[in-house]
Amino acid sequence: MSGSPEEVKKHIGVYLKVAGALGVGTVVTVLASFLDVAIALGIVIALIIALTKGSLVVAFFMHLLEERSKAILWTLALTATFWFFLMLLPLFTMSDHIGTPQTLSNADAAEAHAEEAH
Amino acid sequence: MEIPYTVAERPDTGVNNVKLGIWLFLASEVMLFGGLFSSYVLLRVGAIEWPLGAEFVNIPIGTFNTAVLIGSSVTMVMAFASAKMGDFAKYKTYMGTTILLAVLFLMVKSYEYWEKISHDHLPSHGTFLAIYWTMTGLHGLHIIGGIAVNGFLWGPGSSMFHTKRDQFINRVEAAGLYWHFVDLVWIFLFPVLYLL
Repeated sequence: MSGSPEEVKKHIGVYLKVAGALGVGTVVTVLASFLDVAIALGIVIALIIALTKGSLVVAFFMHLLEERSKAILWTLALTATFWFFLMLLPLFTMSDHIGTPQTLSNADAAEAHAEEAH
Repeated sequence: MEIPYTVAERPDTGVNNVKLGIWLFLASEVMLFGGLFSSYVLLRVGAIEWPLGAEFVNIPIGTFNTAVLIGSSVTMVMAFASAKMGDFAKYKTYMGTTILLAVLFLMVKSYEYWEKISHDHLPSHGTFLAIYWTMTGLHGLHIIGGIAVNGFLWGPGSSMFHTKRDQFINRVEAAGLYWHFVDLVWIFLFPVLYLL
């Protein structure tokens, strides 16, 4: 963050508001985990809240909102691109068995045992 | 021999060397933790059964630690703002509080680890615990690193406030960026490992 001491003083109010928002976000994250929703939806909700909290930290505490250096912005853009592909990699491994339900190798053990008993 | 140090912005990058350096370091850290998060996703989507985090972890303690770390991020940014405004006493108070909160975080985490060890919930117990110990352990090491840097800037390094203030503020800013990143990682670790 650049700027005069007077400008820095103005930022303090913003820091405290962001701190409040992060506190509320943490409580909401915990409360949302008790919602009776499907696991996939639960993960999406939790990650949206975490992304919102993370954005607040990066934008205001790390002052990225005021950052004008192209060197830093391009570095972060490149990092974000690689990070995105890194996160997609596990999903690519799923592509070969999309639509195939995953079952345990002995999932039909009870039925097989019942047939044997007859 | 004194190591050359400049706080002036370079005309080619539009930023001073320390700031560009710390952002490049943080970019590499994003990929380090990104690799672990990617591994977590791979292990989780590939698992037929995955334990709910709450079976192994203590949510109230995790929530408390999240609040502690967010609090330390707030005091860190306040320490930087105080140094920038030339208020040395406030800087020392806020930076000291940041260090104390970081130590509190580690103490609580150590209690959690002790609880797990006593219940034989070790990394070898299962995939969830293996990734839990790896990710929180690496994060904990980052906390220890942050305490060392912040401790120096609070203690012996703070004398530079009176002699080379611009250089000192530059260092506090870089330490702050690192500390907020450590907080940022925990903001994602907490829901992933404790709540999902």
